[in-house]
Amino acid sequence: MGIYLPIAEMSVNMVVLLAMGAAVGFLSGMFGVGGGFLVTPLLIFYNIPPAIAVATGANQVIASSFSGALAHFKRGTLDMKLGGVLLTGGVVGSSIGIYVFAYLRSLGQLDLIVSLLYVAFLGAVGGLMLVESVRAIRRARGGQAATLRRPGQHNWIHRLPLKMRFRASKIFVSVIPVLGLGAIIGFLASIMGVGGGFIMVPALIYLLKVPTNVVIGTSLFQIIFVAAFTTVVHSTANQTVDVVLAFLLMVGGVAGAQYGARVGQKLRGEQLRALLAVLVLAVALRLAFDLFVRPASVYSLATGAV
Amino acid sequence: MLLPRALLLLLVTALAGKAHAQETVDEGIQIGLSTDRVSITADFAGANLTIFGALDNVDPLISRQGRYDVVVVLEGPPRTVVVRKKTRVLGMWINTQSVVFRDVPASYSVAMTRQPQDITTDANYRRLALRTENVHLRPLDPEENASTLAEFTDALRARKEARGLYVEYAGGVQFLSRTLFRATLRLAPNVPVGTHRARAFLFRNGVFVEETSAALTIRKAGLEQRIFEYAHEESFLYGLAAVFVAIVTGWLGRMVFRKE
Repeated sequence: MGIYLPIAEMSVNMVVLLAMGAAVGFLSGMFGVGGGFLVTPLLIFYNIPPAIAVATGANQVIASSFSGALAHFKRGTLDMKLGGVLLTGGVVGSSIGIYVFAYLRSLGQLDLIVSLLYVAFLGAVGGLMLVESVRAIRRARGGQAATLRRPGQHNWIHRLPLKMRFRASKIFVSVIPVLGLGAIIGFLASIMGVGGGFIMVPALIYLLKVPTNVVIGTSLFQIIFVAAFTTVVHSTANQTVDVVLAFLLMVGGVAGAQYGARVGQKLRGEQLRALLAVLVLAVALRLAFDLFVRPASVYSLATGAV
Repeated sequence: MLLPRALLLLLVTALAGKAHAQETVDEGIQIGLSTDRVSITADFAGANLTIFGALDNVDPLISRQGRYDVVVVLEGPPRTVVVRKKTRVLGMWINTQSVVFRDVPASYSVAMTRQPQDITTDANYRRLALRTENVHLRPLDPEENASTLAEFTDALRARKEARGLYVEYAGGVQFLSRTLFRATLRLAPNVPVGTHRARAFLFRNGVFVEETSAALTIRKAGLEQRIFEYAHEESFLYGLAAVFVAIVTGWLGRMVFRKE
């Protein structure tokens, strides 16, 4: 069934988009991530112009993270204060990202940078997660309990000034790394069209030592706002948000997420992380493949921009 | 006495001249569009556009021999287009070169009575800037290097053809009677919106006789058009609306599927 996308100015298959949304939603529900890092590459593989894929991806992320954050809010596994500080950094990073995005687009290098960032971040995060989770699985087989949090350990981050206490997360840490992390995520959100959960979650766990149960809710909470901010700014500056496209993805995504969450509850933490790592690596490899393999045509057209 | 005679002579020659002119008066061509507006709706997946036309002052002999040919062109709105070329840098394929073209017809479809080489010569097509290979493509920078320009012009044409925006259909024009013809042009699913120009060219025995044109507006239908306009004119509010849609969808999704 065809549907015409008013902003992308093309006809696409509605069923494909709903299925795409559902598949991403299923995975995001299962792993507790926003799914933006899957949506944007999938849209690009489906020939949606990258500029529109990125901005629309940000819009779609709002729906899935709002849905997820609601659940965490009810369970009380959400640190509003930590989320607020992350968000402050996020807005700054996102604003910078939007200008860089428009500049790269005028240079004709947007596609390249988007792909490179995806390959680099997905490759690194996927690789680290895979190593960590395989170790955890081995440890679990060896009879030891697999734990991530080692409260006794302190790193350089804990020696920075301007410390702040985050009660829900049970941490006492400088605001500098928190703001910085927020800014990096915001920057990536606007350039890559992701919520940044796949970077936020490991960073909160490993760098700031936030307890795992609070991490996902807090990450989703701040992603809602960063993605919303990114969507509005992309729409204002670049007019690249396609609501029809975003809506189809959201509908599929919200439905898929519910089933994903059920499957996710049946799997063990480290198995889940290993699976997610494999998935993340697969997307990175697919994007890298496109960068290094000779394209079908070395020429491309762009309308309007001079 | 002399004067009226001279006058009469003048009159006679003038009449004779007019009669002579009437004998060889050129054929004319006219076209009419069934609609001057095509709307792209949500389920738009391309469409056929039919253009009817008629010839005037047809020579029955030439007509019987089938030596009249009609070429109909539907040209999309002019756009500025950047053509970029990827080359291999550090093993990666990266956009390195680009040429900007101005007033590039966003689409260009041609329908004709038969195979192009059977209608007229390549030189004639070139002179009339007719057919996809002769679409006039000008760079924004007139001092562009000639060989680069030739390469990028060919690339632009090839990409447009690959996307189905520059197309030719031999046999797309059919004569319904001695004077009436019908041209069928296919509008691609990604047909650009804006004012398109339909032009019809009449050839007799391979010689160009006359050209006529008509305008056609292609626009998005109701909702699609409003979304597009809203996104461009009220882009800030549009962004807020997009966020609102996402929040509501996320919230509704939670409500509908919550069966804990």
